[in-house]
Amino acid sequence: MTERTLRGEVAIVGIGETTYYKHGKSPDPEFMLALKAILAACADAGIDPRKIDGFASYSNDRNDPSRLAAALGLPELRFSNMQWGGGGGGGAGAVANAAAAVAAGLADCIVVFRALAQGQFQRFGAAPPGGTASGEAALNAPYGVMSPAQRYAMRAMRFIHENGIEPGAQRAIALASYHHAQRNPRAVMNGKPLTAEVYDASRWIVEPWRLFDCCMENDGAAALIVVPAEQARDFAKKPAYLLAAAQGSEYRNGARCHNAPLYATSSFTTVAPHLYAMARLQPADVDVVQSYENFTGGVLMSLVEHGFFTAEEANNFLVPENLLAPGGKLPLNTSGGNLAECYMHGLELQVEAVRQIRSESTTQVPDAQVSMVISGPMVTPVSSLILGSGETL
Amino acid sequence: MTAATYLRPGLPIPVAENDGLDAPYWEGTRRGELMVQRCKACGNWQWGPEWICHKCLSFDMGWQKVEGRGCIYSWERPWHPVHPALKDQGPYIVVLVELPQAAGIRMLGNLVGDPRQAVRIGAEVEAVFEPHNDAKPPFTLVHWKIIGAS
Ligand SMILES: [Zn+2]
Repeated sequence: MTERTLRGEVAIVGIGETTYYKHGKSPDPEFMLALKAILAACADAGIDPRKIDGFASYSNDRNDPSRLAAALGLPELRFSNMQWGGGGGGGAGAVANAAAAVAAGLADCIVVFRALAQGQFQRFGAAPPGGTASGEAALNAPYGVMSPAQRYAMRAMRFIHENGIEPGAQRAIALASYHHAQRNPRAVMNGKPLTAEVYDASRWIVEPWRLFDCCMENDGAAALIVVPAEQARDFAKKPAYLLAAAQGSEYRNGARCHNAPLYATSSFTTVAPHLYAMARLQPADVDVVQSYENFTGGVLMSLVEHGFFTAEEANNFLVPENLLAPGGKLPLNTSGGNLAECYMHGLELQVEAVRQIRSESTTQVPDAQVSMVISGPMVTPVSSLILGSGETL
Repeated sequence: MTAATYLRPGLPIPVAENDGLDAPYWEGTRRGELMVQRCKACGNWQWGPEWICHKCLSFDMGWQKVEGRGCIYSWERPWHPVHPALKDQGPYIVVLVELPQAAGIRMLGNLVGDPRQAVRIGAEVEAVFEPHNDAKPPFTLVHWKIIGAS
């Protein structure tokens, strides 16, 4: 019986981004941002955009593949896919869906993209005005639980309680992202360094999270191109091969009104073992990690659940020097991530993971061969993936 | 006269779902009763509501009144207002309360009293019903109070 796996079956050969803007500052409409990112990814890969034959996205992206295919004059559309679930949990999942489709022969050149111009639509962190709430919202909103921060602080607080997590552990994650952003000219927070003192003095958004524990809101778009591995060397740049992908969540994670049996989780406890099994790798083999920061506490839990350290070790491990490229034990969010580069809903993390394999990052980890992305902690479904250089195949 | 509410008025008004799934819960709060699901086939407690029992897959879900007592399982203190109604609210406390008498199901509400009080996970709490009789439609929220607190 042959092993069913995505390991080594596809590669990412193109990456593209628009300029990243502060929330509401994009001069371009959201659909134009999507188009610009896709064309940038094609230029990076050195291909005619008319080679694209599929699209994958997540989090209810508004930019419909059929409109994109018509706008770009594609000869045919063979794959259009939306990963279920809100938040950034579908980032790696969308890449995995594209990869599975390419590996199975449904399409040959799939763009994974995400475009956001929140100023032109409803903001994530803001509640809709007035009216009524039903279902899950009825059990939360009348008590003042409306934003993602308010929804997930409850989970993180329980994890902090169970494991004696100290404030410095979350702070180190924020400091690492801001540190890396200072080297990255694309980063919205480039030129705006963060110190421990400024972090400690910053206002609470919702305890246990301060301002700098929470992601930004931004406008922009990002895209990447997935092709079959056997064609990967025909493109302009060094390919980043997919070594593994996994998605989902634990037993009854989605039970309503905060009733998941395993509550203090970032939702990866069942997902991460599948990831490592497909990659045939261990946590110690991973050279660099991009871990979606909706909130720093979620990153902390994600890193525990991906086996980089135990919850008991978190206070000792999570100090800035361990998280900084190039020399840290676990270089984390090397472009600045959602906190300090751009909240491109985590697709900028996928792009950065590819850059690390290509040795093109502004905070490059020397000789990075294995590059992980963790998408969307605490939501369900979540997803993660591992990329590798040709040497890892 | 209307008693003061824990949070300022103007937040979304809770209504039962169109398919009626959680209607017994919201009707119960109007009577000052905490109603949750209990499977008639296997006795499993279930919250939030669903059309099927996750233990035995029976569709025969009943509703049972539970005593409004529990202990704090987790909590948070929002400071940043995300809704216009909370603009001048200041901090407030939300607690997730575990009900041991119903197999540990959890309910969410506000913790009444000083919004800046220290909160201890594990502290015992009792339900406090907060009717909003002038709302259209009227509804009742279920908050929590530390047992023994004035
Ligand atoms: Zn049952």
